[in-house]
Amino acid sequence: MADETRSESSSGGDRPDRSERRPPSRPGGPGGGREGGGGGRKYFRRKKVCKFCVEKIEAINYKDIRLLAQFVAESGRIVPRRLTGVCTPHQRRLSLAIKQARNIALLPFSGRAA
Amino acid sequence: MYTDLFGDLREMENGMNRTYELMFIVRPDMPEEEQDKLISTLETAVAASSGSVKSVERMGKRRLAYTVRKFHDGIYVLLTVEGGGGLIHELERRLRVTEPVIKFLTVRIDEEQKRLDKIKAIKDAKRKAAAPPPPVEPAGEAPAATA
Repeated sequence: MADETRSESSSGGDRPDRSERRPPSRPGGPGGGREGGGGGRKYFRRKKVCKFCVEKIEAINYKDIRLLAQFVAESGRIVPRRLTGVCTPHQRRLSLAIKQARNIALLPFSGRAA
Repeated sequence: MYTDLFGDLREMENGMNRTYELMFIVRPDMPEEEQDKLISTLETAVAASSGSVKSVERMGKRRLAYTVRKFHDGIYVLLTVEGGGGLIHELERRLRVTEPVIKFLTVRIDEEQKRLDKIKAIKDAKRKAAAPPPPVEPAGEAPAATA
């Protein structure tokens, strides 16, 4: 009997919860508060700041691979902005620089960097 | 990229002043003299198309991130030139034909340089505007302290 009441209350409580948890657009934090980002995270992540904005790095050159390699995963893929916290204009320039570096064999297209 | 439609016309009047960075990789077993010969050939081609070479930087032998034409290492050379688009067309054609060159990449850098200069100018202006007020007070206090 206790189980029944518990299940009833939980099922009754679930419905309003569900409607709260899936709003069409929820204003997340500035860096990455978007829901369902990397594998079902909910709500706010600790506010990540854009490394380039903070350190005031204006030029992202394809030649400085030490900087670029920080934003490249082990597999060689470019890490998405929601994980690194980079702002949009910097992410665009960064990804352009990474692609240029890949073309001139400074970074690999796939696999571990030598 | 094509926001400045009249820029090209203006350039043709002012003379080509586009700046390009041309990075190419030479096979690692190429002797030093041949490298110099290649670079001087490119420089002649630049001069012939009324351009100018701003700098040549040899970045030395590096390990490549992936195998290019069965090579694992390569000698990187960075050439900064100033000139028109036709110049780059010519240079790239030469590099494509040259056997020891295994890869090249051309990047146009004058627009980026303009943007950076603009940011710098804004920063300097801000610094100048902020600088004058503080020095006035300490200058007045220091002589009073020493006296």
